[in-house]
Amino acid sequence: MNNINPKDVLKENKEVKMKKLANENRREFFLNISRTAGLAALGGLVWSAYVDEVKANTLALRPPGALPEKEFLKSCIKCGMCVIACPFDTLRLAKPGENLPMGTPYFIARDIPCYMCPDIPCVPVCPTNALDEMLVSTDGKLDINKARMGVAVVDTLNCIAFWGIQCDACYRACPLLGEALYLVHEKNERTGKHAFLKPVVNNDICTGCGLCEKACVTEKPAITVVHRDAIIGKAGDYYIKGWDKADEARLEHATSQTTKTEISKEKAIDSLNDLGGLLDD
Amino acid sequence: MINFIYKHRFLILRRVSQLSLLILYFGANVWGWKILVGDLSSSLLFDMIPLSDPFAVLQMLSAGAVLAIDVIIGAIIIALFYFIVGGRVFCSWVCPINMVTDLSNYIRRKSGLNKIQKRQPATRNIRYWALGLSFIISFFMGVAAFELISPIGMTHRGIIFGLGFGWAAMLVIFLFDLFVLKNGWCGHICPLGGFYSLLGRYSLIRVDHDVDKCTLCMKCKEVCPENQVLFMIGKSSEQVLNGECTNCGRCVEVCDDDALNFSIRKFYEENKK
Repeated sequence: MNNINPKDVLKENKEVKMKKLANENRREFFLNISRTAGLAALGGLVWSAYVDEVKANTLALRPPGALPEKEFLKSCIKCGMCVIACPFDTLRLAKPGENLPMGTPYFIARDIPCYMCPDIPCVPVCPTNALDEMLVSTDGKLDINKARMGVAVVDTLNCIAFWGIQCDACYRACPLLGEALYLVHEKNERTGKHAFLKPVVNNDICTGCGLCEKACVTEKPAITVVHRDAIIGKAGDYYIKGWDKADEARLEHATSQTTKTEISKEKAIDSLNDLGGLLDD
Repeated sequence: MINFIYKHRFLILRRVSQLSLLILYFGANVWGWKILVGDLSSSLLFDMIPLSDPFAVLQMLSAGAVLAIDVIIGAIIIALFYFIVGGRVFCSWVCPINMVTDLSNYIRRKSGLNKIQKRQPATRNIRYWALGLSFIISFFMGVAAFELISPIGMTHRGIIFGLGFGWAAMLVIFLFDLFVLKNGWCGHICPLGGFYSLLGRYSLIRVDHDVDKCTLCMKCKEVCPENQVLFMIGKSSEQVLNGECTNCGRCVEVCDDDALNFSIRKFYEENKK
């Protein structure tokens, strides 16, 4: 009964050992996989946080014909061909430390504005169509006046023309003189004898070339070119230009959402009459 | 002197290749040369042939970009080229970061750091994870993710278009490779290296080892930046078929016994013998 074969014991021991080893291997395997996955998750988090951050600051002035910023960032391969093609050294590639998406082309109007070459050498060289010829063409011909790099904004408090000084530096510098930037003549009530020559920008025509910003005589320019996304507003479907057939047509198929706040549940007239919420205390 | 040149022939050729590419790009930007215009992301050769970084193009596609045909053709040309001559030929013959990491490596060898720090604590597969991550992040962020942080881009674009803080990227990689991890950037982390490792898997130009001539001096393994690919040294006569081999030729030139040479890839059956 008690005669255990020592060979069997040995065999059993070996099996146990093998099992243990297999177990350890399995543990090691799972540990390794989880460790690498953890590292990848950490790295991915830092990486995507950085990408998100750098993508958020996109109010740089892009070359003419650039796609809308989001699409532009997707398609620009950062080859610098537009920079090389630019004869005025206007364009530059964002360097590390400039807080812009690295390697993307942009320009600073006060340093070197866009001189609006009629043949637009920077656009056709783009290999990815991040700079799209179609956006700067009319009837299949390149037309730099269609560029929308930004829009000029006048600081009416610090523009000396609004002080009554006769300065029309920006107006004279504008390549679309009288259209994108025009002068409004007004009587100067302060002196009673003189006229204002106030520069006013037509946002629909301004290309954002920045020649006005470059020409501005004040210490810090009182006319600045800003990314269109930061400036251009939108009236939406609630407002209509009176006595204008074209604008009435615009609202024929208005599809704006109605608001869904507490107050809009009631009829407008009720919410006007019931001041309960406002007069509580 | 002649012996020195002979002993560093591929190294010298590689430096010539790396530097002349940078000079051609620089000349295109500054002096208007038309030979090679653009940068390593995308360029135009002889004012005619488009060339593009296939990894960047794939990231852009996964970010959802609609791309023009030029850049696609350029990416195919480059991909085919490296598919044939060896993917990581880019790493050792073109990439400017290679000069930085080679310098780290050189100092490591000469100062004996390799002897103190023998154990390499990280896996070389990180690059494949980074490669996968770059596509995932590109997809979710809608922008080519690696291109925004790539020290390769910072360096070569810095040299061509103006450096900015790009020198910091070079310094970080230099110090990381020197003190933290041997071959840390190029051999472990860089997803572009991982991409080209996969792309060059079946490439034709291969280092061939002849075990009969080998005297087991191990100079090749000491100098190789990816020495896991040289597992056959002193064991069997076969070609280095691992895609992670950069075809830098350092092993060939340091070998005093003519046991390593460049060759054309043999077909599978032949190789087994």
